[in-house]
Amino acid sequence: MKVITGSDLRTGDVIWWTGEGWSRHVNDAVEAGEHAEAIIARENAKQIVTDTQVIQATLTDEGVRPAHIKDRIRALGPTVRLDLSLKPADPAAGNWVI
Amino acid sequence: MYQYDQYDQAMVDARVAEFRDQVERRLAGDITEDQFKPLRLKNGLYLQLHAYMLRVAVPYGTLNSRQMRMLGDIADKYDRGYGHFTTRQNIQYNWIKLQDAPDILADLASVEMHAIQTSGNCIRNTTSDQFAGAAADELVDPRPYAELLRQWSTFHPEFDYLPRKFKIAIIGSETDRAAMKLHDIGIQLVKNDAGEIGCRFYVGGGMGRTPMIAPVIGDFISPLQMVSYAEACLRVYNRYGRRDNKYKARIKILVHEIGADEYRRQVEEEFAHILTLGLEPPAAELERIKGFFEQPGFDANASDELDLSDPDFALWVDQNVHAHKQPGYAIVNISLKPTGGIPGDATADQIRLMADLALEHSFDELRVTHAQNIVLPHVKKADLYAIWQKLDEAGLAAANLDLIGDIIACPGLDYCSLANARSIPVAQKISNRFADLGRQRELGELKLKISGCINACGHHHAGHIGILGVDRKGVENYQLLLGGCEGADTSLGTITGPGFNEDGIVDAVEKATDVYLAQRVDGERFVDTFRRIGMAPFKEAIYAKETANG
Repeated sequence: MKVITGSDLRTGDVIWWTGEGWSRHVNDAVEAGEHAEAIIARENAKQIVTDTQVIQATLTDEGVRPAHIKDRIRALGPTVRLDLSLKPADPAAGNWVI
Repeated sequence: MYQYDQYDQAMVDARVAEFRDQVERRLAGDITEDQFKPLRLKNGLYLQLHAYMLRVAVPYGTLNSRQMRMLGDIADKYDRGYGHFTTRQNIQYNWIKLQDAPDILADLASVEMHAIQTSGNCIRNTTSDQFAGAAADELVDPRPYAELLRQWSTFHPEFDYLPRKFKIAIIGSETDRAAMKLHDIGIQLVKNDAGEIGCRFYVGGGMGRTPMIAPVIGDFISPLQMVSYAEACLRVYNRYGRRDNKYKARIKILVHEIGADEYRRQVEEEFAHILTLGLEPPAAELERIKGFFEQPGFDANASDELDLSDPDFALWVDQNVHAHKQPGYAIVNISLKPTGGIPGDATADQIRLMADLALEHSFDELRVTHAQNIVLPHVKKADLYAIWQKLDEAGLAAANLDLIGDIIACPGLDYCSLANARSIPVAQKISNRFADLGRQRELGELKLKISGCINACGHHHAGHIGILGVDRKGVENYQLLLGGCEGADTSLGTITGPGFNEDGIVDAVEKATDVYLAQRVDGERFVDTFRRIGMAPFKEAIYAKETANG
């Protein structure tokens, strides 16, 4: 699948396109479909997201998993500081990243 | 230390106000990201993997306690409680919000700091010897000259859009602690037989994807003409440096392609022209700047006696304390490399503690080193034990300076959008593998440096053992380099062969150290043994097991 990701303009947080808006959580990401470029153009114009791009991902039983390690690290947080990641209480959170 | 005059402060304050307006316009949607990006980069604000990253300049790595304390406070107030000291003697914050950036810059300006020229194709923060003004082997204190270069290069309109970024290092000792020959310009202050001071210009060094050691271009330039000579070096580069290909745009490529002799000829021609213009900073200005760097009020009766009955303290003194030019004083190196830690990271509390120690024990001075450590430059030997105890309580007493545990590592793929592989986990695994301090000391001086991509922010080319992370079809892979070195005997590392996965590279490093231990002769460092016996024995050992396993 192809999903759209970007960074929140104000905070720099990694965000994912949900079909209706933006979420911090990769599992909320949806198939971007054939209108990805149009969505990006429209959302960029709103000036709330920056550095938008379409990336490859796979929908697994555990959720959406970006294909490239860089995007998986973006989705979770630094692997060396899981306390600063989106799942600080889950010691196994990083297992799917690497 | 240098203190801002009204011009310095006015410029920095104006820049904060300007950036505040730019951020407001961006957040209001009045300017696009394409328009805004170069503006934020001019103020050291990058967009990295997880958030905005702010890189703060620490001119020639020198700080006072007020500035250091502010760095700790910023980490608490605007970031996530820590900062990352870099190989450019700067500090980076990894979790900055765009809306907070103007306030951070205002806080920095209140203590005479900024983030100007920490990004972009301009002259970056000048780096220097972290022991400047303190080292027993120093010929000339490089800090006044570094400050002169800072003033000349800051907002220099002619060099604001160079073909690529430009890095200058300056030292005043025979011992090069600043990797000077691996900079775009390295300046070594030397003395001739008559005792006169001159500037030896090394031009065209660098790391990155095409590492090169800088040749000598100007052998003995008068310090009063240092700025004009640097200007001539940059003018020739600005005129002929490649702007068509960013991978060939650094000055090292120009010097290499036209040759050092032709580059020198052009620089000399430009230099002669510049001298006719009378633009050189007046001698009185250099003297005024020197006034900020006068020797602190040392206690002439300070004792050299040290009670080394505490064995842990004795180890720390032996490894981390360096000779000072003043009897009764010492230079303290605070390692930011605890076993299994993240190289260069320090918490806000640790940063403030180091500020307090500097105020109380080091004439209010600290230095950031390019090896991602902190230095207290002027410490009375009688105070060392008390300082060590406080550092130990705060997790800052790792006695591993210049040992294999004192690893340089870039942020890598855990933070950096340019990286291809993670650096920090590799550093942590090697640190844990060699956690035994006795084993580290048995190996002796061994500089291990890790970069997460070819840009070489982790200086892997200059490591006795270097590691380069690459992306192999979406999988992290690590190449091993041996034989690199910075300093007077600068050399570039050579790749051993096929790369390794994360665990494999740790094993490979250990095998290389085993070869060294088996082959070394008395007094040899790892890199000395490598130079004597060559790559073959290392390669044989490193790849033997892989072959056996098929």
